Amino acid sequence: METLSYRHKAQERAAGSKSLAIIGVVASGNLEVLVERLLPDTECQVDINTAAEGFGAVWEAVVADFVERRSPGGLKLSINDGGARPDTVALRLAQAVRLIEEDDQ
Amino acid sequence: MNISDRETATVPHLANSKTVSWYEASARQRVQLLLDAGSFHEFIGPEQREESPHLQVFDLPTQFDDGIIIGRGRIAGAPVFVAAQEGRFMGGAFGEVHGAKLTGLLRAARDTKSVPVLILFDTGGVRLQEANAGELAIAEIMRALIEARMAGVKIVGLIGGRAGCYGGGGLIAGCCSALAVSEQGRIGVSGPEVIETNRGVEEFNSRDRALVWRTMGGKHRRLLGGAEAFVDETIQSFRSFALHLIGSAPVFGAEVLKAEQTRLEQRLQRFGLCADAVDIWKAEGVADAEAVPVMAAADFNDLANKAREPRYDAR
Amino acid sequence: MTLDDILTSLFPKGHDVANDKGVLLGSALLQSGGSAVVIGVAGRSPLGVDEAIRLSRHVLDAVEQGGEGPILVLVDSDSQRMSKRDELLGLNEYLAHLAKCLIYADMQGRPTVGLLYGHSAAGAFLATALATRVLVALPGADPAVMDLPSMSRVTKLSIDMLKEKAKSTPVFAPGLNNLAQTGAVFTIWDEKTSLAEQLQTLLGSIQGAGDQRDRLGKHRNGRPKAADIAERVHDLALQSK
Repeated sequence: METLSYRHKAQERAAGSKSLAIIGVVASGNLEVLVERLLPDTECQVDINTAAEGFGAVWEAVVADFVERRSPGGLKLSINDGGARPDTVALRLAQAVRLIEEDDQ
Repeated sequence: MNISDRETATVPHLANSKTVSWYEASARQRVQLLLDAGSFHEFIGPEQREESPHLQVFDLPTQFDDGIIIGRGRIAGAPVFVAAQEGRFMGGAFGEVHGAKLTGLLRAARDTKSVPVLILFDTGGVRLQEANAGELAIAEIMRALIEARMAGVKIVGLIGGRAGCYGGGGLIAGCCSALAVSEQGRIGVSGPEVIETNRGVEEFNSRDRALVWRTMGGKHRRLLGGAEAFVDETIQSFRSFALHLIGSAPVFGAEVLKAEQTRLEQRLQRFGLCADAVDIWKAEGVADAEAVPVMAAADFNDLANKAREPRYDAR
Repeated sequence: MTLDDILTSLFPKGHDVANDKGVLLGSALLQSGGSAVVIGVAGRSPLGVDEAIRLSRHVLDAVEQGGEGPILVLVDSDSQRMSKRDELLGLNEYLAHLAKCLIYADMQGRPTVGLLYGHSAAGAFLATALATRVLVALPGADPAVMDLPSMSRVTKLSIDMLKEKAKSTPVFAPGLNNLAQTGAVFTIWDEKTSLAEQLQTLLGSIQGAGDQRDRLGKHRNGRPKAADIAERVHDLALQSK
């Protein structure tokens, strides 16, 4: 198992007022993302727990790209990874942010 | 923590639609769409990070909720406790934390007395990496479940997910007040592959999908009396039957157990020599038994009600 | 100890327990006076629909007849019977029904005591030994939830590798010590001294309190989380509206 953590500055605070969201399932080729509104508005963090070791550079790139596109300020995203491909990771990260930015129903 | 803070449907255009497929939905989606909007409050949610302490030894990833969602909500305004297993995480199998969450919920139901419980089964049984803890959890769940039923609580099982309801899950299901199962649902103890591995392919060909479904699937369980209701695939259908079964379920006690003993003895007398499910269905007077597997739910239910009225007083 | 030795040591005043192809049914006189109902599975037999229905019938008959004596469940079984027929006929219901009868009897004041003297596994274990109020074992008993060869097949790890991992945790591997440490087995009896006396001591110490196995597992460091998680959920649920 490998644990990775990336801290970034974000351009702006993620929208909305929800404090918590979760998406995905830990299964082969899949992952779960727990997102919590815990950090200062211009900070974000992505913590990853993965059974697929040695992909640090890939995670770093995916996370950096995600932060650049989505500006998830204030968010801590925690991942349990079941060996997902980078595009699936990117999808889940985007879904997570969309969920926490949604209005309460 | 409110369920609306969690994932809505990952099929966005079907968000909040009650025609979403039970089988395709995640455990979280099932809970959200089964219950009244905004009513669900989770106990020990994923943000608590109560993950399995036993998977690291096997280099396996954990899930924040250990594969089961536990909480309280409302259906048609009435309170319910809910437990929903995520069949795609470790096959929905019972581990130490996963099991303990359900044990605690059932003990609470026992002590509350007035709130029914819905268990959304989606499990292969014991999680083998934590086999002893998983098995014990199941034993404790069965004990807590019967204690709750003795206190008057109705406990309804809903079965229709990817993993089915196997192993110890099948035993827990057999302890419930009533069961609703869909086409995709299967209920058993030994899974098809386990039977084949242990007894050979002549005994059970696990790759014969039609055989698996005839032997363990929802339609057979309904016709056999192993489940009270066969439901359409949709969350709406499960919701309707959940309400119906909560209302119809018996109060547990000696009379129920005696009735079950009789029902199970009679089943062996009537069908103990049948080689296949189709033989059982024919013996029950089902017209065109061979066509049962391909029947749509509504047609099947008409036929099932003619062959065997559901009874609610012998489980 | 053979089954006959066990029965003699348990019931020196006499018993009528019969073994019909692995299904044990009968009754026995207790050393302290009174009598016990006895059921069980012997000869490492699998537990299928045909066996389970007879065992549950015996329990229900005993409950119906009344009386306060304990119900003993003697276990040397295989796993549940793995067959097309048993699954076809709804084995899960038969095993659940047996467990329900035992749990019900116990709640009605007939303490249920499991004595594991041989093997047991999986669904058979759940429906018999694990459905009792208290489970004791004789040394040499070898319970298993899942056997190592099956585990090896599924995990793709060698049996040696699994045995190595099992050194650091009691939570998955078969064996009496592991099942004791996780809280399933309350105590291991001494087969050199009278089983009747050990039974009497046990019956005298049974308390009314509910299922304590998770607390026992925590106390023995076999299951560090279960008891606390269950208690937390319980308390949260009771507070919820």
